[in-house]
Amino acid sequence: MEKPSQTTSLANERIKMDVQNLNFYYGKFQALKGITLRIPEKKVTAFIGPSGCGKSTLLRVFNRMFELYPDQRAEGEVKVDGENILTSKEDVALVRAKIGMIFQKPTPFPMSIYDNIAFGVRLFESLSRSAMDDRVEWALKKAALWNEVKDKLTQTGTSLSGGQQQRLCIARGIAVKPEIILFDEPCSALDPISTAKIEELIDELKHDYTVAIVTHNMQQAARVSDYTAYMYLGEMIEFGDTDQIFVKPARKETEDYITGRFG
Amino acid sequence: MSTTAVPRDRGDYRLPLHRRRKLVNAIALALSLAAMAFGLVWLIWILWDTLLLGVKGLAFATFTESTPPPNVEEGGLANAIVGSLIMVTAATALATPVGILAGIYLAEYGRRGWLGQLTRFINDILLSAPSIVIGLFVYAIVVAQTRTFSGYAGVLALALIVVPVVVRTTENMLALIPDTLREAAVALGAPKWVMIMRVTLKAARAGVVTGVLLALARIAGETAPLLFTALSNQFFSLDLGQPMANLPVTIFKFAMSPFTNWQELAWAGVFLITLGVLALNILARVLFRQKH
Repeated sequence: MEKPSQTTSLANERIKMDVQNLNFYYGKFQALKGITLRIPEKKVTAFIGPSGCGKSTLLRVFNRMFELYPDQRAEGEVKVDGENILTSKEDVALVRAKIGMIFQKPTPFPMSIYDNIAFGVRLFESLSRSAMDDRVEWALKKAALWNEVKDKLTQTGTSLSGGQQQRLCIARGIAVKPEIILFDEPCSALDPISTAKIEELIDELKHDYTVAIVTHNMQQAARVSDYTAYMYLGEMIEFGDTDQIFVKPARKETEDYITGRFG
Repeated sequence: MSTTAVPRDRGDYRLPLHRRRKLVNAIALALSLAAMAFGLVWLIWILWDTLLLGVKGLAFATFTESTPPPNVEEGGLANAIVGSLIMVTAATALATPVGILAGIYLAEYGRRGWLGQLTRFINDILLSAPSIVIGLFVYAIVVAQTRTFSGYAGVLALALIVVPVVVRTTENMLALIPDTLREAAVALGAPKWVMIMRVTLKAARAGVVTGVLLALARIAGETAPLLFTALSNQFFSLDLGQPMANLPVTIFKFAMSPFTNWQELAWAGVFLITLGVLALNILARVLFRQKH
């Protein structure tokens, strides 16, 4: 197997997540083949590739979400700050609190907007009433939702529009103060205006967090990310600086996919 | 103009099949309306008779006096009403937690494991077991051992009918909750039990409560399981250790008797049960609709 091309040296970056030779299986089917890459801290890394290439699967390894399903298995190394999360003795709940995830479809919990945000915070912190109020406000402001919901915090989360629900989920994810946020196609169910808001938000978030985003929309990857990884059939084909990947990719497969001449 | 003109009569070939489909549709609609009318006629007839005969037997004394001896003017159903309320409430209170916990196990933990499959299979058998079998079973393990019919035995028999209904509805309602909601809770670092208690069970709450109400409505009218367990009691009694009066068995006994005053009270009892079941069903529908 050819080594994936690393068109950029990450020499100037601090590495947050270091993935070495990662294989992943759904039962007998191998969905990820020897993935190796390094994700820099406080940058946005986008994962692109055709459906079924394994990019969402890869994201679900990063927070051990796959462990919910008994027939799924990962082998290899996923080091976060030097510690392999796949084999560490740390409780999986603590790993997930540190590595948040935003899903394709908005999933507000069946409770008030306020409690949606407070839910995750209450799991690990016992805050006073006013400290919790502050945290909820902070998270909603970060997610650019505060002005729209500040007068109806007691209404249920499901009463919001789709785009607002997705921002509520982002606020909920931020509220627990993770270090890494994984976005799994966060805009695929949203209209262009909500999409633009969430892209702005991702741009904001990278000042404080390491962000990884899976997307089918190549313009989106080009707009929001600093680094881009192109995957195909469970393999990492190319990883590099986003500008370079989109302007002058090193591999022909990447170029074919980006220019739409794929297949 | 370069576009080809569409001939006027081009759609005519569609008409024969279209007419046939309309005819078939009309026939199918007529048949289903007839079937609905057939069902409704009996239901309305039953309700009408129950109302007519039930109201006649109903009086203030029905709620204040206990079941009378044959051929006297006074008397009511107070002991049977209170006995039924006590036993139905106790059975529901006993069976609901067991049923909900088992339903949670099936939907959230044992979806595919052998224990889950086995539990689901046994629960289905219990769900379809004739209530008289359950009555006889409790007779054998409680009444025969303690050598007395008792309210406790009645409660146990009714609870055994409620459990499988609640297990089934709880499992089904939790299964309707999408896995994305579970993943969202877990992704925040929630342990599984917090996810279940605070997110999935909460999302399924209306459905679960509806299941409990429907089970309650079902046992309100069950006669067979009480016939061998609580039996009946002529007198007012709150002692669950003793035989306990209840509406279904009283109706059974009084309706079969040759005494007019007993027959009238039986109809009053039928009316009260029907009213109660109807109220529970309406409540269940209202609750379920609010959430869906």
